Amino acid sequence: MVTMTHYLVLSTALFMIGVIGVLTRRNIIVVFMSIELMLNAVNINLIAFSQHLQNVVGQVFAVFVICVAAAEAAVGLGIILAFYRNKETVNIDEMSLMRW
Amino acid sequence: MDLIWLIPLLPGLGAAINGIAGIRFFGKRVAGLLACTTMAAALLLSLNAFRLLLVLPAGEREFDVQLLTWISAMPLQLSDGSIGTFSIPWGFRLDPLSAMMLLVVTGVGFLIHVYSTAYMHEETDGAYARFFAYLNLFCFFMLMLVLGDNFVVMFVGWEGVGLCSYLLIGYWYEKQSASDAGKKAFIVNRIGDWGFILGIFLVYMTFGTLDFRAVADAAGGLPVEAGGFGVISLITLLLFVGATGKSAQIPLYVWLPDAMEGPTPVSALIHAATMVTAGVYMVGRNAVLFSHAPDVMLIVAVVGVLTALMAATIGLVQNDIKRVLAYSTVSQLGYMFLAMGVGAFAAGAFHLMTHAFFKALLFLGSGAVIHAMAGEQDMRRMGALKKYLPVTFVTMLIGTLAIAGIPPLSGFFSKDEILYRTFLSSRWIWGLAAVTALLTAFYMFRLMSMTFFGAYRGPVWQPGHGHDHAGGGASGHAAWHGPHEAPRAMTITLMALAVGAILAGFVGMPQALYGNNAIERFLEPSFTARHAAAASGEHDSAGGILLAASAQPARDPASEESAQESHDAEGGAAQESHGGEGGHLSQAGEIGLMLLSVAIALVGIGVAYRFYVRAPQIAEQLAARWAGAHRVLSNKYYVDELYGATVVRGTMLSASGLWAFDAKVVDGAVNGSGWLTIFSSWFSHLLDKYLVDGLVNFVGAVLENASFMFRKMQTGLVQNYALVMLFGVFAFVSLYLLSR
Repeated sequence: MVTMTHYLVLSTALFMIGVIGVLTRRNIIVVFMSIELMLNAVNINLIAFSQHLQNVVGQVFAVFVICVAAAEAAVGLGIILAFYRNKETVNIDEMSLMRW
Repeated sequence: MDLIWLIPLLPGLGAAINGIAGIRFFGKRVAGLLACTTMAAALLLSLNAFRLLLVLPAGEREFDVQLLTWISAMPLQLSDGSIGTFSIPWGFRLDPLSAMMLLVVTGVGFLIHVYSTAYMHEETDGAYARFFAYLNLFCFFMLMLVLGDNFVVMFVGWEGVGLCSYLLIGYWYEKQSASDAGKKAFIVNRIGDWGFILGIFLVYMTFGTLDFRAVADAAGGLPVEAGGFGVISLITLLLFVGATGKSAQIPLYVWLPDAMEGPTPVSALIHAATMVTAGVYMVGRNAVLFSHAPDVMLIVAVVGVLTALMAATIGLVQNDIKRVLAYSTVSQLGYMFLAMGVGAFAAGAFHLMTHAFFKALLFLGSGAVIHAMAGEQDMRRMGALKKYLPVTFVTMLIGTLAIAGIPPLSGFFSKDEILYRTFLSSRWIWGLAAVTALLTAFYMFRLMSMTFFGAYRGPVWQPGHGHDHAGGGASGHAAWHGPHEAPRAMTITLMALAVGAILAGFVGMPQALYGNNAIERFLEPSFTARHAAAASGEHDSAGGILLAASAQPARDPASEESAQESHDAEGGAAQESHGGEGGHLSQAGEIGLMLLSVAIALVGIGVAYRFYVRAPQIAEQLAARWAGAHRVLSNKYYVDELYGATVVRGTMLSASGLWAFDAKVVDGAVNGSGWLTIFSSWFSHLLDKYLVDGLVNFVGAVLENASFMFRKMQTGLVQNYALVMLFGVFAFVSLYLLSR
């Protein structure tokens, strides 16, 4: 029997993997993918509670998050592509141009 | 007669062709021929127009041609507050007065054109064509002045002849004195024109029209301003100021003697026969107005007689042959104004005509003398020219006898008519005029004696070559072979004018000598209001002006008197006001006056003959004994010096004063405000630089220094920020959980 606890543990684990990925990896693509992980951890949470509380709003919210994630991926990948064309690198440490 | 507009236009055309093309391309023959042809055509047209005018009945001798509209009708306020219609056509009017002037201008003008073809022959081709262009242009404007049917067209001609006078006086513009004289004539004339144009404005303001006939008819319905100085007096006074400028009367006569710097034909045409009589013509043209202003008539008469006397006395001692004639012209113009002033308009116009003949003759004769003497104008260096210049001598003698007033030459009739009418009007003015007549005879015979009689005093010449210069050898015109008779074009002109000087007087044969004074009857309609029109058509002819016509139905002296007696019509108004001596002398009295004036002339001639031919030393002794008077006369009463010291110097002083004011005060104010601006902007610049910029920089510097430690935090690395965010979330969540 899969209980609510299982869902929460899974989503927490996924979220933590995402956070660690964002903080530690230098490749911006990987950082990007880690952000997606975090979003999907949240989605699992939303759906789990939706089922638990028998309220469909959670699922609607999850669909919304997926949409926003898709849009975010499109914009983010576009920025990355443009940056790569200029700098020929995807190292996140090089992305400090707006500094003082 | 529909073609009268062509009369001025033909010389205008000649001037345009000669002026545009002739100066560059025409030889002397073509240029001279063109100018003479246009004048001849104008003369023929004038003669034809005159003939057509004569066949009309006396009352209807008036013919209008309105060629074009110049200023189309526009509303303009009159002095009584109503709105009149101001419109000016290019209108020409032929009436007895303008017909007479037309014949004088075209006739004398044509002869002088012919004369000039020979006289100006030593000029270069371009200068020759220029001369004829100017001369033709002058005739164009003069004919426009004469034929214009309203004040404005007359004013166009008036200014135009002034311009041509300036151009022709300054014809030899390389010569300083000639260009100065041109400027002097132009400027002095401007003063008169100022009065004339003010008069024109006032005419329009008063009568609502500028047409001569309409003005005369309207004025004919007004009362004579015998008691006071009304608007008509003001108008006529202003018009007379214009006339004094153009016709060289006191106080504006000073330009005419200097105008003799121009070529002699110009002096003859412009400064003796035609242009200077424009003022007389203008006064005659407005005879109705003038006869309604007896005070101004008295002024005109007094100015005229004083000018005549003063110019004659100056003429007594001048030595330049042309200057003597110039002062004589001023003097004779004074006679004409005297005639106008005593109301003898026809006599003035008659003298104008006869004067045109004999004065043009005298000037052209003097031109022949100057030509013979190779440019010498000083009579002290002439003498005994009678035998070298027989034709010139005879013709000039005729002219001199005419101007002196010896019957039956033309000057006698016109001058005697003036003297007679003056005698009726005022005894003391007549006395002055008679003295002037004596002086006239004297100085004219002095001129003749010094020039043609006595001993030869001029430069010597190589004898034996007297007749070969016409052959045109290498020496040609350059060498002077003594005085010689003028070329044929000149002598023929002299003879034609001499005939005119003899015969012109007979048209004005006085009734006392069993003549019928044809000229006076002929001219009379021009000097009177049409009384029928004045009485019945007052309201429409006078435009918007309120004449109060019903108040004075019969106070129209011109019409009254002309109904009584045509002979005396135009003098009536003036005579009444001059002390009531009007009326007639008996025939014997009139003849007695004539004999007296002939005697005066003979005395003048005799004295001159005695002083300058029989015993030349007497003149010198007299000059020595009356040295003071002689000096005053030789220096022309110091009038030029007086004007120089007052008017010219006053103008110059006030101009330099204004200039100094301009330089110091006005420029100083401008410069001062400039300096003030510069100073204040410099001050403002300092304020800006140190205070405002200082504050801004201070704020910047403070912030820069204060932010130094904080900017280290901005690493620009995304992951640092994310880490900080994470810690922040931890901290807040922990705080939330713990504090619950």
